Amino acid sequence: MQVSVYRYNPDIDEVPVMRDMQVELPAGKDLMVLDVLELLKTQDPTISYRRSCREGVCGSDGINMNGKNGLACFTTVSQVVKRNKLILRPLPGLPVIRDLVVDMTQFYQQYEKIQPYLINNDPPPAQERLQSQQDREQLDGLYECILCACCSTACPSFWWNPDKFIGPAGLLQAYRFLADTRDTATVERLANLDDPFSVFRCRGIMNCVAVCPKGLNPTRAIGKIRSMLVQQGT
Amino acid sequence: MVTQVLSLTRSGLADFVLQRVTAVILAAYTFCVLGFFLIVPVTYVALTEYFWSAPMQIFSTLTAFSIIAHAWIGMWTIGTDYLRAAHVGGLADTLRFAYQMICLLILFVYIVWSMRLIWQF
Ligand code: SF4
Ligand code: SF4
Repeated sequence: MQVSVYRYNPDIDEVPVMRDMQVELPAGKDLMVLDVLELLKTQDPTISYRRSCREGVCGSDGINMNGKNGLACFTTVSQVVKRNKLILRPLPGLPVIRDLVVDMTQFYQQYEKIQPYLINNDPPPAQERLQSQQDREQLDGLYECILCACCSTACPSFWWNPDKFIGPAGLLQAYRFLADTRDTATVERLANLDDPFSVFRCRGIMNCVAVCPKGLNPTRAIGKIRSMLVQQGT
Repeated sequence: MVTQVLSLTRSGLADFVLQRVTAVILAAYTFCVLGFFLIVPVTYVALTEYFWSAPMQIFSTLTAFSIIAHAWIGMWTIGTDYLRAAHVGGLADTLRFAYQMICLLILFVYIVWSMRLIWQF
């Protein structure tokens, strides 16, 4: 199979190039894209990418495969390959450090903005802050996010204003804490999101939903934040 | 740098709600105007009686201001999405400011012109 890989080493290369390589796939097996990367690395040890758990938990191997963002460890070759050619690029929109490795600073800065931790100044009970089962269920579909950045880097609004639009991943987490009955900072959290960029740059394009490897739905969470803002503001 | 200085209300929520409310007004006005042209045979007398009646004058004025608000929120958003250094280079701020001023000028002409038509001054 032919694999075309985005190669860029800013120390040596002036511009990035797509380099074609050949790999022999074992017959009768549908490899994960990460396996293909490992095979490529045996041919050319300079190919750089991030990886860790290889089972869709750490979120470090988010890349763009034949035009669609996803986790390389989680995506089979047959799911993405077109005309027997696999095309691998870094996540779009973020600065490239080298090959498939991107600089995630902007992504994390947006995450930091939403204060991704429980805020509750009441004195803590002896053991832990308890929740009813129903209240806990409100967090399903939110807490599972692994911050792989597949969604935010697929979002045109995040490409245009990565310094101001929180992006789907950050907003999903913003809603995770807004929906948490143990959190007491709802009013402050909403006030921080009321500018024209943080939430309202979402155009409902739903690229985020289409790519999330965990099957989460940031657009729905953004809609919920919007209705909370409307309710609070009217 | 993209800033929110020229955003209509500087609140994402207020812009969002305003854009939707004005959209409803514009849709309602479109129905009233279309309905008139479909139902009533168009003559000078019929036109002036309809559009210079007090309720229509008020409705037209409301619609004219709705267009201004609706259009400005939209055009401002487009400018701050696409006219950025990452797309158009170092002159982005100047370009965006010029674009915004041209939009504002056009909207200003619209409002003066429509007020003249509606209130006949
Ligand atoms: S919402 Fe999904 S795609 Fe986005 S960062 Fe979380 S796990 Fe990744
Ligand atoms: S729904 Fe909103 S956040 Fe998701 S990709 Fe579209 S614009 Fe981005």
